[in-house]
Amino acid sequence: MLWFILRRCGSAVIVLFLGSVLIFLGIRALPGDPAVVMAGQEASPAVVEAIRHEFGLDKPLPAQYVDYVTQTLSGNLGRSTQDQLPVIDIIAQRLPVTLELSALAMLIAIVIGVGAGIVAAVRRGRFADYVATGFGLAGLSVPHFWLGLLGILLFAVTWRILPASGYVPFTEDPGQNLQRMILPALVLGAGFAAILMRQTRSAMLGALSADYVRTARSKGLSEVKVVGAHALRNSLTTVITVLGLQLGALISGAVVTEQIFVIPGFGKLTVDAVLTRNYPVIQAVVLVTVVGYVLVNLLVDIAYALLNPRIRLSGARHD
Amino acid sequence: MSLLEISDLTVDFDTEDGLVQAVRDISLTLDEGEILALCGESGCGKSVTAMSVPRLLPPDTTRLSGSVKLDGRELTTLPESQMRQVRGKEVSVVFQEPMTSLNPSFTVGYQISEVLRRHEGLSRQAAGRRAVELLELVGIPAPQRRMKEYPHQLSGGMRQRVMIAIAVACSPRVLIADEPTTALDVTIQAGVLDVFRDLRDRLGTAIILITHDLGVVADIADRAVVMYAGRAVEQAPVTELFANPRHPYTLGLMNALPSAAVNGRLAEIPGMVPSPLSDPDECAFQARCPRAQADCRLSRPSLERHAPEHLAACFHPGGKS
Repeated sequence: MLWFILRRCGSAVIVLFLGSVLIFLGIRALPGDPAVVMAGQEASPAVVEAIRHEFGLDKPLPAQYVDYVTQTLSGNLGRSTQDQLPVIDIIAQRLPVTLELSALAMLIAIVIGVGAGIVAAVRRGRFADYVATGFGLAGLSVPHFWLGLLGILLFAVTWRILPASGYVPFTEDPGQNLQRMILPALVLGAGFAAILMRQTRSAMLGALSADYVRTARSKGLSEVKVVGAHALRNSLTTVITVLGLQLGALISGAVVTEQIFVIPGFGKLTVDAVLTRNYPVIQAVVLVTVVGYVLVNLLVDIAYALLNPRIRLSGARHD
Repeated sequence: MSLLEISDLTVDFDTEDGLVQAVRDISLTLDEGEILALCGESGCGKSVTAMSVPRLLPPDTTRLSGSVKLDGRELTTLPESQMRQVRGKEVSVVFQEPMTSLNPSFTVGYQISEVLRRHEGLSRQAAGRRAVELLELVGIPAPQRRMKEYPHQLSGGMRQRVMIAIAVACSPRVLIADEPTTALDVTIQAGVLDVFRDLRDRLGTAIILITHDLGVVADIADRAVVMYAGRAVEQAPVTELFANPRHPYTLGLMNALPSAAVNGRLAEIPGMVPSPLSDPDECAFQARCPRAQADCRLSRPSLERHAPEHLAACFHPGGKS
């Protein structure tokens, strides 16, 4: 198991290296000159040149990359070209907001999605199954922005039970924070829940008709144990795969959701940075996203191995 | 009174094609320490008959009538919660497919211990110790190590032995073994059959052995019921059955054994099994039967006693009477 984790960590490092190269090159392939943007249209070429020099933009690309990596590793992600604030501080301020939103959305999605999927599979072809599959289809088909607007209209305008938008840090007022986060999290989690529901349902249907489930029944085990331990354990691999794959969708969903609910998170930061060609911020945003993605995939792989002994052992055998 | 009494058992399945008549009016008994073989070709209803005892047929689509009594207690109407006390404890099953019948996500030790903890109320440690003994009993070498392994690390024969260890863990009164040796090669087959014999001798376990292999029947069973198209067509002690088969279908099965092959060619029974969707009032075997006459198409022969313990359902039975 330790070997398996080390191997996975090794490949994660390689992916991160390749990712950093791509980010670095990609950002420089964008049209537009950040020095010009910073200096303004009217600035003299000398000023533009000075800015270029200050930010190291006049060096050859490999040298810029080495600078970039050493700086990044020492925790220095540069300064925002907009307001000269250290990028690391901006990220540290915005990231927790999005992490909270995503974590809440994921929690909601897992509870609703996996729960409904199990119920739908166990009650296949009955009322509960139709309700769950119906909501699943709706959850998949409805886009975030529409669901968000509908949510604001219903909960904030018509029923007046939740605030329409805004953000209060959790550390300031946990109650207010949750009150403002619950609707965005529901909106963000809805599509995710629908996907999880469908995947869980079909995985559970497969597992429930498996021979080993019949064996579990023949042992005289309770239905809770048969479904909750024997069938679910074998369905969880599917669920975790979907969880890992959907993380990207969750991030892009967060961008839209944060815009609608005016939440000062990572998604909003991304959009603003792209619109102002804020290179250091864009670079950092993408890097953090890549690191997040790689970390989640690492966790998914490890969770896989914990759940499915065949993966763990086939990993060990090659070492 | 017999340990297990099945009377007039009829099982239908609701399918998209209509009602499939899997088992028709089966009656049989099983005594303590007896090994009863249920034989016949695929789809003849032998597995369905046996699985009706622990009620392991899909509840949504199964329609069952008749009676199944264990020690005089009716099982068909027993509440599900009480039925769970019977399954794995009084009636247990060894399934046909050793490759898929064990849960791939749990260790062998866990899967054996589970049934002991459920029915015998053993602690995790005590159940683990007992599980090691059971693995030894079914002839698995290095049982301590195997306990921590997963099914995919074991061969088919080993998995089948683990299944048997699970099934016999709580010393059941009735053990149902559904084609327990079909997926195994011959040397391992013999070992598995020895485990069954040993179990019967030491614990008095009654065994229902489902098989299409008459070799296995001759080897281990005391009595055999031959089934065809959902009905019992012949029933007799094994020595009597082999010495004096009455029903032409039984005879056909015997002639189809590799040892009975003439010039290296296996004998076969011509024709096809009738559709389980219809049940005309005639002998189900008449279309394939070498002895069929006009009366076979007019009504269905019932199971008649031809010798003290020998029953057959045929208007024109063979053998000495």
